[in-house]
This record gives sequence, C-alpha cells and structure tokens, in this order.
Amino acid sequence: MAEDKQETVILTERQQKARRSRSIAIGIALAALVVIFYVATIIKFGPSILDRAM
Amino acid sequence: MLERNEQEPMALVDDTRIDEPAFRVSEATAGDFFSLLKPRVMSLVVFTAFVGLAAAPVAINPFLAVVAILAIAVGAGASGALNMWYDADIDAVMSRTATRPVPSGRVAPGEALVFGLVLSALSVMTLGVLVNWLSAALLAFTIFFYAVVYTIWLKRSTPQNIVIGGAAGAFPPVIGWAAVTGSVSLESVILFLIIFLWTPPHFWALALFKSGDYERAGIPMMPNVAGEASTRRQIFAYALVLAPVGVLPWYLGYAGAVYGAAAALLGAGFVWYSWKVLRMSDGDRAMRPAKALFGYSLLYLFAIFAVYLADSVAERALGLVGA
Repeated sequence: MAEDKQETVILTERQQKARRSRSIAIGIALAALVVIFYVATIIKFGPSILDRAM
Repeated sequence: MLERNEQEPMALVDDTRIDEPAFRVSEATAGDFFSLLKPRVMSLVVFTAFVGLAAAPVAINPFLAVVAILAIAVGAGASGALNMWYDADIDAVMSRTATRPVPSGRVAPGEALVFGLVLSALSVMTLGVLVNWLSAALLAFTIFFYAVVYTIWLKRSTPQNIVIGGAAGAFPPVIGWAAVTGSVSLESVILFLIIFLWTPPHFWALALFKSGDYERAGIPMMPNVAGEASTRRQIFAYALVLAPVGVLPWYLGYAGAVYGAAAALLGAGFVWYSWKVLRMSDGDRAMRPAKALFGYSLLYLFAIFAVYLADSVAERALGLVGA
C-alpha cells in the first residue's frame, strides 16, 4: 500500500557525486592521519616500541 | 510496535518539511571544502614556516619536519575557513570574494564553522603530540588571533585592522623555528618582523585599487577612512622601515653577505615602488603604481625568504665541508 512506504530524501546525481567526493576525501585524510601517527610513534620511541613481551 | 514504526516517520515528515533549509542536502564537494582553506594564503604560510624550520640551527627528523609543516598548513587553513564562515556577508558584496564557497551557497555557514573548528583542534593537537607543545601553543594563538582578533574584532572596526591582524600571518616562521628548537629566539622574531612590516603596504596597495569593493562591504580600510593620500604616505613610511629590517639578519650576523646584499637590493626595490605610489596623482584611476607595488610585494616576500633559506643551507653545507 502507498501509505506503508516511508518517505525518504532521494539524492540527485549531483548530490550523490558531492557526497562521494567528500567521503573519499575524509577516508584519505583519516588514512593519512593513521600513517602519520604510526610512523611518528616509531620515530619518537624507536623501533623497540614494537617489541612487546607476549 | 509495528504500528509505531509505521507512524513515527510519517509524523516526522508531516511536522517538518524535508525541503526546509535545515534539511538541505549538501552539494559541496571536497574541492569546495579545500578552497575554504585559502590554498594560496596557505602556500605562503607553508613556505615561510618551512624557512623558519630549515634555517633553525638544530636538526629535526625529516618526517617530523613534514608533519610540522603539514600541521601548520592545516592550522592556517582552518583559520581561513573560520574567516570565511564569519565574513560570508561581506564576501558576498566584494567582486574578489563573491564566488567563495559560503557566499556562493555551495557550503553552508555551519559546515564551514565546524570544518574550521575541527581542523583547528586537529592541527594543534597533532603538532603538540608529535612535535612540541610550544609550537602547538603558538599555532593555537595564531588561529585565535586571525579568527577572533582580526576577523571578528578588528577587521570591521578600525583601519589599523591589517596592521595588527598582520601579526597572524607573521607567526608561521616563528612556529617553524619553535618546532625545531623548542624556543623563540631573536632570529625568528626578525623573520616575524619582516612579514609584519610587509603586510600593511602589501594590503594597502591592494586596498587602493580595490577601495570601491571595501567601501561597498563597509570595511574600514585605510584608503576609504584616511583617504588615498594618507594611505600612500603610510605605505612609503612602512617601506622605509621594512627595507632596513630586511637587512637586519645580515647586520646581526645571522645571515651571510650574499643575503645582506640581496635583502638591500630587494628593500631598495620596495622603497622605489612605494615612492612611485607616493608620487601617484590623486586622479589616477588606473593606479598602475599601486598594482605594480602589490605584485612586487609578493615577489619581495618570496625572494627575501628564499635567499635567507639558501644562505642558511649554504652556510651549513660549507660548515660541514670545513669540518
């Protein structure tokens, strides 16, 4: 039945493209941040930070 | 339960319209957000911060140097985004800025504000945790100074706006220096002074041939408050002070004779272009001397920092060869 259907926002092609571009940028920025903190941690504390007693 | 699930979304849609501005689906691309960072200003910040960082007498791990420059660049960009959020109303009436993301409607003001605040916090924390907290504190102060002291307070209230606000643009080499040395010294303060004294004649030259724009936007720039003749005299006065300050690093023994000679020549050029502006007639609407000074001022800042950088790198290389 028609009234059972939930009304939602249907994105235009332009909006979808814009959202995709923002999502990709956020993904790249987050990945870069992870790499930066990973490498900087090793540089600041030395490779021994990876040696952990199991 | 089923009944509630079916009815609640309908009730929401009935109460509020999804085409209201608050529910507007953003069409802003990543590129629009990038232009909120004022990339051209950012490139000058990156360059001057890099000079401060590379000219410092101690070494820093190259990766941490890149992180420091990146954090300073993002921090500067964040303050640009906050500036565009607050200034959207005046940007909309100036030809130079009307196509910026917020006044053109591509980015909502709230989005620009949150973007600026998040990047500010992220850049300061990254610099503090990975490099040192003095440089992070200086970066935080710079963002605050540009966004609050300059943009929100001074810009619309006094023709001295860019004289005091120029300090924000002068901080990057000090931050770069502090990122390496963990301190602020006279050498970095002189780099600060060069940009600080360069800012008023640079912007007033622009304001002379864009005074109509600033007047329409109601910004009290020097030409439309004190008049063009007074602005021209002040430009010349700043040039007279800037030229010798540019030579100070050589005079105090921080840079070699090559830098000293180059700074003296560049400074003499600045005074010459400012003299032409001073001699510009009142009825000159083409304002070629002002446009020429504006172009030369960009070249001056880039060149004097490039020579300072080359001088300090060469001095270090010669020191290594000598040792």
